[in-house]
Amino acid sequence: MKDKKEIVYVWEFPVRFTHWINVLCLLALSVTGLYIGNPYTLAQSSSQYIMGWMRFIHFVAAYAFLMSIIIRIYWFIFGNKYAGLSEWAPFSGKRIGEIADDLRCYLFCCKRTKAHIGHSALGGLSYLLLLAVFFFMVFSGFALYSVNHTGAVWTVLGGWMTNVMYLQTIRLWHHLLMYAIFAFTLIHIYLVLFTESIEETGIFNSIITGDKFIPEKDLE
Amino acid sequence: MNSKSDDPMHIAPELLESLEKKGVSRRDFIKWCTGMAALLALPSSFIPRIAEAVASQKPYLVWLEYQDCAGDTEALLRATKPTVSQIILDIFSVEYHETIMAPSGFAAEKSLEDVVKNQKGKYFAVVEGSIPLKDNGVYCCIGGKSAIDIVREVCGNAAATLAVGTCATHGGIPAAAPNPTGAVGVQEAVPGATVVNLPGCPLNVENLTATIVHYLTLGRLPQTDRLGRPLFAYGKRIHDNCERRGHFDAGQYVQKWGDEGHRQGWCLYEMGCKGPETFHNCPTVKYNEGTSWPVQAGHGCIGCSEPHFWDSMSPFYGRLPNVPGFGVEKTADKIGAGLAAATAAGLAIHAVGRAVSSGKKDKE
Ligand code: HEM
Ligand code: SF4
Repeated sequence: MKDKKEIVYVWEFPVRFTHWINVLCLLALSVTGLYIGNPYTLAQSSSQYIMGWMRFIHFVAAYAFLMSIIIRIYWFIFGNKYAGLSEWAPFSGKRIGEIADDLRCYLFCCKRTKAHIGHSALGGLSYLLLLAVFFFMVFSGFALYSVNHTGAVWTVLGGWMTNVMYLQTIRLWHHLLMYAIFAFTLIHIYLVLFTESIEETGIFNSIITGDKFIPEKDLE
Repeated sequence: MNSKSDDPMHIAPELLESLEKKGVSRRDFIKWCTGMAALLALPSSFIPRIAEAVASQKPYLVWLEYQDCAGDTEALLRATKPTVSQIILDIFSVEYHETIMAPSGFAAEKSLEDVVKNQKGKYFAVVEGSIPLKDNGVYCCIGGKSAIDIVREVCGNAAATLAVGTCATHGGIPAAAPNPTGAVGVQEAVPGATVVNLPGCPLNVENLTATIVHYLTLGRLPQTDRLGRPLFAYGKRIHDNCERRGHFDAGQYVQKWGDEGHRQGWCLYEMGCKGPETFHNCPTVKYNEGTSWPVQAGHGCIGCSEPHFWDSMSPFYGRLPNVPGFGVEKTADKIGAGLAAATAAGLAIHAVGRAVSSGKKDKE
């Protein structure tokens, strides 16, 4: 017998919007970044501008990505309770206990006792770590960019990093952490499907419509 | 009629005479002054001022060498035909230069002492090579004195110190990890001294001469960047002035030494060129009287004018540094791809485990 479920509006527009902007930006940044990192000769003649366009797209997507991050951080403060930083950062002992439960659940494929309305504790933590990676990508990216864009804006956005690390070290980590984002994406999609299969709250659609279907007993 | 003030290119006849003796004609000299003005990005009205400044002053110059390979000295001396810059440097009173001076032993040390005493605050010190600080500086001693003691005295009393070559500016190769002698550049060794950094491995002598000419003409040292390098020489990125840049933007890369792209002169980015992170005027000033420079000769830039290039820019034939903790064979991409594959494998195992466990539950 299925539980009776209620529709809850969980992900507000800015959350869904920035999610999909991030997807598009990361796709563009990764494709162009892979080419920038390992270019091969595609051009038939020197009058083409393939690397030029790759870098141009990379930089435009980079700015869009930065804006998306800023909007999402703004929504930490003004969004609903599922959008707040406390959903990500495990500030309370209870939250830390939940992380252990989540891990057990994922590792041993057991059923969750309770459907989540917002993020699960472990999920939230992973987004916090991802945000840190995003910050690093932005700072390191703009650090590379600041090499020939020497204004104050780029110094603040990343140029300061060149005082802390060698430029080549920055470049290496800018490159390596792209793969960390790939790994995150794989796990993220897999766990969405997995969670959907055990919780059946419609999380896959929720990032499009914002609605989740929560069993009445789990509504708190 | 033909008085000094009427002729914008008036050059002291004595100077012309002495230059003439060394094979430099008036025409060569004016060409050289023009080149210096261009290198320093000064307007053409400065050309006669440069000629005048160089002709009328004879600064003392001492050249100190410490932990180095004498490559900068070689750069100064070893052109097939001496350049005008070298001859002009010659006109300066080079009082002390271990490799080329006539006196030796105590007499040599005395000439250095004399300059420091008699020309206090007026002479230039050129330093080549790094200064070891570890164990009280015992790793480099000359005439019973450690490099650090000599440098403190000589650079501390100079009008300006010109650190030439990356060893003298930032420690260079002797300072490469693990830096056994505690080698540092002049600025770090003598924080109080006025130091202009002219890195490069070796430096380009044109930039040394231009720095001195700037001082003689304008009465002050050229403006520098945050690493103490004159902006006229180190203000532009190699990548932005490189003649292969068109191929970079187009997307045409050398993939292997000697391949078709290499023969066509395509971009050396894939071969580890560090032009994108290196600031130097090599592409415009070039070496050996403007004959060529590494990238023109078909070899990527190794970033030799950046601090700690030996550690930070290597491997010279790879675009990215090696990943710390992994063997040299592992490139960042192999590790990244491995990470992604391991993730996918983990997920696959999880999916199988789940299928098995839910199968069990169905049976229950
Ligand atoms: C998180 C998303 C991002 C990914 C996956 C990504 C990926 C990459 C990769 C793989 C490279 C090649 C690195 C190399 O081997 O040299 C690269 C280069 C670069 N990226 Fe990103 N990047 C991202 C975000 C950014 C951002 C936000 C900026 C900010 C401007 C940026 C600016 C740059 C620059 C300037 C380069 C070097 C281009 C060049 O040297 O011509 N990237 N990126
Ligand atoms: S050869 Fe080097 S400096 Fe020249 S365009 Fe290519 S990467 Fe840049």
